[in-house]
Amino acid sequence: MSLTKTERTIIVSMWAKISTQVDTIGTETLERLFLSYPQTKTYFPHFDLHPGSAQLRAHGSKVVAAVGDAVKSIDNIGAALSKLSELHAYILRVDPVNFKLLSHCLLVTLAARFPADFTAEAHAAWDKFLSVVSSVLTEKYR
Amino acid sequence: MGQIPGCKPGLEPQAQALRPDIMVHFTAEEKAAITSLWGKMNVEEAGGEALGRLLVVYPWTQRFFDNFGNLSSPSAILGNPKVKAHGKKVLTSFGDAIKNMDNLKTTFAKLSELHCDKLHVDPENFRLLGNVLVIILATHFGKEFTPEVQAAWQKLVSAVAIALGHKYH
Repeated sequence: MSLTKTERTIIVSMWAKISTQVDTIGTETLERLFLSYPQTKTYFPHFDLHPGSAQLRAHGSKVVAAVGDAVKSIDNIGAALSKLSELHAYILRVDPVNFKLLSHCLLVTLAARFPADFTAEAHAAWDKFLSVVSSVLTEKYR
Repeated sequence: MGQIPGCKPGLEPQAQALRPDIMVHFTAEEKAAITSLWGKMNVEEAGGEALGRLLVVYPWTQRFFDNFGNLSSPSAILGNPKVKAHGKKVLTSFGDAIKNMDNLKTTFAKLSELHCDKLHVDPENFRLLGNVLVIILATHFGKEFTPEVQAAWQKLVSAVAIALGHKYH
C-alpha cells in the first residue's frame, strides 16, 4: 500500500493545522483510547492515566510528534520511523491490533476538531496513512 | 447470570463475544449519551454519509454494491442516490438498536440471518461501518463528542456488530 500524490497533499496540509495543537490532540487521542478500549491501559501500568496527568500529556505529545515525523518524511516513512519500529518490535511489543485502535482514536480526534477539513477524502487519506505507519511500526515483529 | 470467575461484570463487547449468553449492559449514563446525540441527528443524511464514507475509505466494501451505479469517485459515491437510500435504511435500523439496547441479540436475530444467508456479508464490515459512524458523529458534534460519549457509542456499535453476527453459521 502506498500513498498517492493527492493523499500526500491532503495529509501534509492537515498536518499544518495539527502541528499547532500537538499536545492537546495527543492527550485527547490517548484519553479516547483508554476510555473506549480499556484493555490498552495494560501497556501503561507505570503511568498515572487520570485526565490531566502530566505523563498522559507527555506521552500523547510524543505519539503525535512521531506521526508528524512520518508526515515530514511522507515519501519514506520506513526510514523516518526505523528506530521507532525497532523499539516497538524488541522492547515495547505492543500487540498489532492496538495500532488500529489508536489510529481510530486519532481519526476521531481529528474529525471532532477539524470537521470541515475531515471530508470523506481526507478521512480515507488519513486512515490509509495511519495504516502505513502501523505497518512500518510492526514490520520487524517477526 | 453466569460469569467467568475472576472476570469483572460488564464485560467489554470484545470479551462478550466469547460469552454470547451474557447480555451487554449499558449504564444510565451510556444510554443518555447515546440517545441524546441520536435525538439531534438527521438519520437520513447521516445514513447516506456513513455508507458513503465506508465505500470511500474502504473501497473493497463496494463488492456488495455492484448494482449501485456510479461509485467511481468520492463525490460520485456520496452523491449516489442508491447509496443515500440504502444508508438511510441501514441507519434507521440502527435506531431500533437504540430503542432496544438491552435486547440487541433478539432485535437483530432476523437481520443477522439475512446478512449471513442471503447477503453473505463478512461481519468485519459491521465493525468498519460502526467505526465510520463514530467518526461521522465526531464531525457533527465536535467537542460534544467527548471521550466518554465516544466510549458509550463504541460499546453500542460493537454490540450491534456482535448481534448482527450472532446467527452466522
